[in-house]
Amino acid sequence: MKRIVIHEEYCMGCRLCEIHCLVQHSKSKQIIKAYKGEFPKPLPRVLVEEQGYLSFALQCRHCEDAPCLEACMTGSLHRDAETGAVICHEDKCVGCWMCIMVCPLGVIARRREGKKAASKCDLCAGEKIPVCVQHCPNEAITFEER
Amino acid sequence: MAKVPIAPDFIVERDKDKCISCQVCCRMCSNDAHVYDRERDQVDTLSGRCVGCHFCENFCPTGALTVRQNPSQIRQNANWNQQMLTWVAKQAETGGVLLTGMGCDQPFPIYWDHILLNASQVTNPSIDPLREPMELRTYIGRKPDRLELAGGSDQGKGARLKNKLEKQLVLQTPILFSAMSYGSISLNACKSLAWAASEFGTFYNTGEGGLHRDLYPYGANTIVQVASGRFGVHMEYLKAGAAIEIKIGQGAKPGIGGHLPGEKVDEEVSRTRMIPVGTDALSPAPHHDIYSIEDLRQLIYALKEATRYEKPVGVKISAVHNVAPIATGVVRAGADFVTIDGLRGGTGAAPTVIRNNVGIPIELAIAAVDSRLRQEGIRNHASVIAAGGFRTSGDIIKAIALGADAVYIGTAALVALGCHLCQRCYTGKCNWGIATQDPFLTKRLNPTIGARRLVNLLRAWSLEIKEMMGGMGINAIESLRGNREALRGVGLSDTELKILGIKPAGEAW
Repeated sequence: MKRIVIHEEYCMGCRLCEIHCLVQHSKSKQIIKAYKGEFPKPLPRVLVEEQGYLSFALQCRHCEDAPCLEACMTGSLHRDAETGAVICHEDKCVGCWMCIMVCPLGVIARRREGKKAASKCDLCAGEKIPVCVQHCPNEAITFEER
Repeated sequence: MAKVPIAPDFIVERDKDKCISCQVCCRMCSNDAHVYDRERDQVDTLSGRCVGCHFCENFCPTGALTVRQNPSQIRQNANWNQQMLTWVAKQAETGGVLLTGMGCDQPFPIYWDHILLNASQVTNPSIDPLREPMELRTYIGRKPDRLELAGGSDQGKGARLKNKLEKQLVLQTPILFSAMSYGSISLNACKSLAWAASEFGTFYNTGEGGLHRDLYPYGANTIVQVASGRFGVHMEYLKAGAAIEIKIGQGAKPGIGGHLPGEKVDEEVSRTRMIPVGTDALSPAPHHDIYSIEDLRQLIYALKEATRYEKPVGVKISAVHNVAPIATGVVRAGADFVTIDGLRGGTGAAPTVIRNNVGIPIELAIAAVDSRLRQEGIRNHASVIAAGGFRTSGDIIKAIALGADAVYIGTAALVALGCHLCQRCYTGKCNWGIATQDPFLTKRLNPTIGARRLVNLLRAWSLEIKEMMGGMGINAIESLRGNREALRGVGLSDTELKILGIKPAGEAW
């Protein structure tokens, strides 16, 4: 499947990936509106981890052997047959947060807006290339077949 | 007297309606010109800290930022302008020499903009480069006085060349990347240049900073420089390059040596330059073993001996008043190529007063050197590479028609990598990750992207040169070299036309 690959040596820590991820998952999908008119603001599903000058954008790795899939009691977390991405079916999610507990990378969070549900990277379903990759100014994350 | 605050050079305007307080500008500015106030959830800008590199403007996701020249003006005065006042104020404050980076920014005449190219009409057909072959391949090095052939039939069929040709550098386009040292620019910038040069089939120059071990694989496309400080020069280094260049002078600062501030000398730079970490790398103004053309000859031949006459050895001089006789001396000393660096050549650090006031424009220097070498009958003994302020392919083709064999591009290459000519290279705080060794900043330049952009630039300029040559009915760059009939001058005095060796526009053959 196509995955987001991290090239940490070129991540400059600008966090444009987070900003564009937030916009992509907002209601309006317009940057100024999403930031200034939507409350609570949606969470970005990618987070830039930083220590000293090392930084990288981390989002769900869509693991082959995903512990969150095992842990999900309602089956709301499922693997998309077409893209191979691990997706959360929001209607089924009951907010037990087991996925958050088992995720070894800490890339699942609680949604801030709307229904009580898990918030995680969906590889921007519907987009050819996830927006974080599209907007990374230094190609520090790329979308490749791995 | 009270301390006089210096007016900021730039004003950063923030459109409050567009600003989403995402703080990209705060995170990205190495000069801390943007500060986030958590209490007000607002970003404030301290314009006084802005150097005008436009990084924030380029990165702002909503386009809320505009960096503008500070409109504040002193009373109009043809003699004293704002810049003069700022300089005096800074020096009254610090008592030091004013430093700057990049090339001369003063309004001296740019002769490229007063020279026009020819094109074919009716009597000689133009050539379409998309349909017919065009030759940009350029050979740098000493050419024989005459070609001697042996054997073959009466028609010359099967003849073979008797001359033993000197080693030549083969360029796929008459453009090389200027000498920019590792230390003055980041390793990622050096990698971009090296990768692009090897992909396109041209050369980049190490400058006087030595050769980082990661760049040895690109030796076949490297010109290694030997400068007055001899930083990083050792046998392996000399062997690694395809050619050696002895640097006598630099266009941005003729007559003085180099200065790499200690802040830019980190572990890797120290290892490559063979100097202690954190020490200033000061290269002397003269080579302490060269005080005459004879001494230069000794160094040229010492380097040729050391590399077993397998590599062309060139000499780089800056364009000064006596550039033509100096160049002939250099050629007679045995140089295989002479590099001439003009007034507008760039630098990582130079005293402002020297950068702005010393040297002559490259256009006049190329014409003077080419004419003098021809007069003395030694033009074929060395190639001439011109450097200093080439902005477009138009400038390059004019330089070649004036008599240069190839040109070095430095500033243009850096602009392709993101440089916005803020002239603060000497601070080591380059936001674009070019003129810095700060690990927070160097990673901003991804050499894969850098090399791609440089290759694109070379490709685009080569295509344009082919188009212009085709228009003139010329299908090989060799036929254009020194062909000053292809040029005409506009708005130039008789003396300038005479030095350039070109006719005024309107005058036919």
